Amino acid sequence: MEIAQNILLTIATAATPLLIAAIGELVVERSGVLNLGVEGMMVIGAVCGFAAAILTGNPWIGVIAGIAGGALLSLLFGFLTLNLATNQVATGLSLTLLGIGLSGLIGEGFVGQAGVRLPTLDIPVLTDIPFVGRLIFGQDPIFYMSIALTAGVMWFLFRTRSGLTLRSIGDNHKSAHALGIPVIRYRYLAVMFGGACAGLAGAHLSLVYTPQWVENMTAGRGWIALALVVFASWRPWRVLGGAYLFGAVSIGQLHAQALGFGIPSQLLSSLPYLATIVVLVLISRDRRLTTINTPASLGQPFVPDR
Amino acid sequence: MIRIELIRRPQQSALFSALSPFIAFALTLITGAILFWMIGKPPLPALYSYFIEPLTEMWSVHELIIKAAPLILIAVGLSVCYISNNWNIGAEGQFIFGGIVGSLLPILVPGFGGPLLLPLMMIMGMIGGAAYAAIPAFLKARFNTNEILTSLMLVYVAQLFLDWLARGVFRDPSGSGFPGSIRFPSAARLPEIAPSQGGAHLGIVFAIIAALLAWFMLRSTLKGFEVRLIGTSPRAGRFAGFSASKMVFFAFLTSGALAGLAGISEVSGAIGQLRESISPGYGFTAIIVAFLGRLNPIGIVAAGLVLALTYLGGEAAQISLGVSDKVARVFQGMLLFFVLGCDTLIHYRIRLVRRAIASALEKS
Amino acid sequence: MKKLVLGLASAMAIMVATSASAQDKYKACFVYVGSKTDGGWTQAHEVGRQYAQDKLGDKVETVALENVPEGPDAERAIERFARSGCGIIFTTSFGFMDSTIAVAEKFPDVKFEHATGYKTAPNVTTYNSRFYEGRYIIGQIAGKMSKTGVAGYIASFPIPEVVMGINGFLTGARSVNPDFKLKVVWVNSWFDAGKEADAAKALIDQGVDIITQHTDSTGPMQVAEERGIKAFGQAFDQITAGPNAQLTAIVDTWGPYYEKQIKAAMDGTWQGGQSSWDGLKDGILAMAPYTNMPDDVKAMAEETQAKIESGELHPFTGPINKQDGTEWLADGEVAKDGVLLGMDFYVEGVDDKLPQ
Repeated sequence: MEIAQNILLTIATAATPLLIAAIGELVVERSGVLNLGVEGMMVIGAVCGFAAAILTGNPWIGVIAGIAGGALLSLLFGFLTLNLATNQVATGLSLTLLGIGLSGLIGEGFVGQAGVRLPTLDIPVLTDIPFVGRLIFGQDPIFYMSIALTAGVMWFLFRTRSGLTLRSIGDNHKSAHALGIPVIRYRYLAVMFGGACAGLAGAHLSLVYTPQWVENMTAGRGWIALALVVFASWRPWRVLGGAYLFGAVSIGQLHAQALGFGIPSQLLSSLPYLATIVVLVLISRDRRLTTINTPASLGQPFVPDR
Repeated sequence: MIRIELIRRPQQSALFSALSPFIAFALTLITGAILFWMIGKPPLPALYSYFIEPLTEMWSVHELIIKAAPLILIAVGLSVCYISNNWNIGAEGQFIFGGIVGSLLPILVPGFGGPLLLPLMMIMGMIGGAAYAAIPAFLKARFNTNEILTSLMLVYVAQLFLDWLARGVFRDPSGSGFPGSIRFPSAARLPEIAPSQGGAHLGIVFAIIAALLAWFMLRSTLKGFEVRLIGTSPRAGRFAGFSASKMVFFAFLTSGALAGLAGISEVSGAIGQLRESISPGYGFTAIIVAFLGRLNPIGIVAAGLVLALTYLGGEAAQISLGVSDKVARVFQGMLLFFVLGCDTLIHYRIRLVRRAIASALEKS
Repeated sequence: MKKLVLGLASAMAIMVATSASAQDKYKACFVYVGSKTDGGWTQAHEVGRQYAQDKLGDKVETVALENVPEGPDAERAIERFARSGCGIIFTTSFGFMDSTIAVAEKFPDVKFEHATGYKTAPNVTTYNSRFYEGRYIIGQIAGKMSKTGVAGYIASFPIPEVVMGINGFLTGARSVNPDFKLKVVWVNSWFDAGKEADAAKALIDQGVDIITQHTDSTGPMQVAEERGIKAFGQAFDQITAGPNAQLTAIVDTWGPYYEKQIKAAMDGTWQGGQSSWDGLKDGILAMAPYTNMPDDVKAMAEETQAKIESGELHPFTGPINKQDGTEWLADGEVAKDGVLLGMDFYVEGVDDKLPQ
């Protein structure tokens, strides 16, 4: 039964960066901005986190550096799309290009160095409980952050006034502006939050998942995170479900291969993607529910008239 | 505190429409020079390697065309999608599927030759791409499933499917166990335009024809009007009697067909066999090209050439000056940012406003 | 104004031209499929290039182009090299094969060396390394060290080289434990640290207690270290990632080969149309120090290595059966190079199916 717990832990590790990046992007998109640069911000977070951890010997500094790196890069995106009203899709894609190149540059001196790992939680009695001890009480700090973030974003978006304001901006920025809401300021904060989350997700990769730096180590996870936001119909708990579904199928297919069933590995590798599509089709058939949650002004540039 | 204010121009500024690429270019040159200087490389030769050197030799110009052709072809199709508010992110998958279907004849029926082979391959490539694009279209139209996710996920599925085919059923039996189909006979290879000068194949011709057709359609036909109307205002489109779900299919199938054509052109023209990987990310780069070209097919042709130039320039800089490949990527990102930023000037006037003064003015 | 621009342009052109060919240095050029700092396959070639550059000093200028995708981009890169005065061009990925041959045809005076390929031409030579020798040795070590008798193999893509590695490993393991088994997981990538780590975890959860890989990151090694399992490094000595886990590593040492070939090109003794397949004895690969194992295992490994280097032992010596039980090599029969290079079948004991 230890095996079962091990497998669940592996899934949690795989799902956590997806979850964090997706939650951040969810907030951004709820404010009406589409930032396709998640992959770029994530990889910058990974390299900054790793570099800072190595240079200071302290993985926590790495976590902070990762968050900061992602947030800083997002500012560039914010300036272009919010102040200069550039096309969000193109700007986001360019951000990814820039992020990948920049991270490669920054990380050049750090390749091949042994990483600094974030310590996992270890509470004397609780962590040793069989079957669930390590799962609930023995994970790395960023995992707990991911759960807290999900709950926090849920609470913020649906239980606070600011959250309501943010959602209203996402639905109709013109009306929000007419009501005197500072649209651009809210969006800036949302974009930075998204960047910080992407950075944190990246830091998880280089400080927990595989403590090292290799070029392009995010390997497309940023795109999966983007897809998960859509999958979740912009609702926080669904993001968690999606991230864990994707993680579970990904790990599951590796196990299926190791068991030697003889199914082609390419077919097994494509299962997570197919599973996501199928589940999405099933849950998005309720047109009303989807429409309610889709931020109506997503992707449209906002330029206030006087 | 200084605030940037954008004031929408009543009409797009013709002056800046023409000028903005140059301003962006100038800004890139300046920042690029600073970047190169900071990493210890001589700025002027670096910029020369980047932008001019690839254009100095004919073979290099041909390489430019080879690189730009698939980008332009895919981007033209994407522009139709994006204008009509259908977010096709899966062009990469449609490219791959088109390459696969278009290769069926040379691989499965090796004896079939003659002048019909190539046109059939091209048509099958278009059908393959369109069919693959029909999946997200169907899911959107029928089940209201978001097309960003479905088209993106299907990219991975297409890549894995191609990998499986190239290593399994389609593998060349005389290929020593390595992946990849048989090499296509010359009857199945897209011919080159000017073989003595370089290797550019007919793909660019398809790209330019597609761009012209699309430009004409969008500008002057009822269909084009429908595309633009549904994109800007679905409600108005409904009132005009246009069907949004039919447009989903039209947009996706067009875009898929063009991406598929690009795919088979690449396989038949540039590569010469169906390999386990036939695209270095064209489908995604094409998205950038589409927006750089402002979703205008003619602009896309220019944007495709410029982007291809930056790829070639990056290589030239690597070789002549030892500039690292990552610097080339950073440079590309910067160029894109400047172009995007300068395009703002076309639609808006920029005013820097001092907040204190602004509020004082409001009070008075 | 026009004259000024023209003048400026030509000045820049001259600056570039002179900076590139100011000396009579021989130019040796390298085309990489991955990044110079990928910690794996490409970095090993880069290390080899620098070795050759250091050894040959001022007489030679080496240039490298990294992250070149296979296909038309590769052909363009190789041609660009050929046009820029390279005397010898090394293309370091199997997928560059057709591109290399195509460009070689256009530039008969330039010399080309293609790694791990099988097509040659009057001015194209292929080179490869007998990685399976290393695989055999680590297989033997695994056979001795594993308590469960099952090892995990994290593989990238089913190409002959990878299959050869799997077979070599298992053959080595079975030479000390005839019931040894192998579980294989394909990550469909040469390089994805996270996925490789997940694959390692999955294998360990299914009961393997020793892992090896044919992918390029240190992900699996780190997992092994964490879980207290033994593992083998790939392409590089990965002891820093797994101080207690790494038993040894197969280290790609291309340096001496590059030095030899560039020198031959300069001297005029270079031969085209060859297919070289060097092994441990030629120094094209090396084993990282044997550590974290009992002395008798270490002694066995060293002995096997010595035997392979002297030619006394060929890892693929019969009796060996194929996966379906049919005989492949009879008692004492040695596998032919040609069969190995195109290997598309498993030997007995591999728990996996190859695409047909």
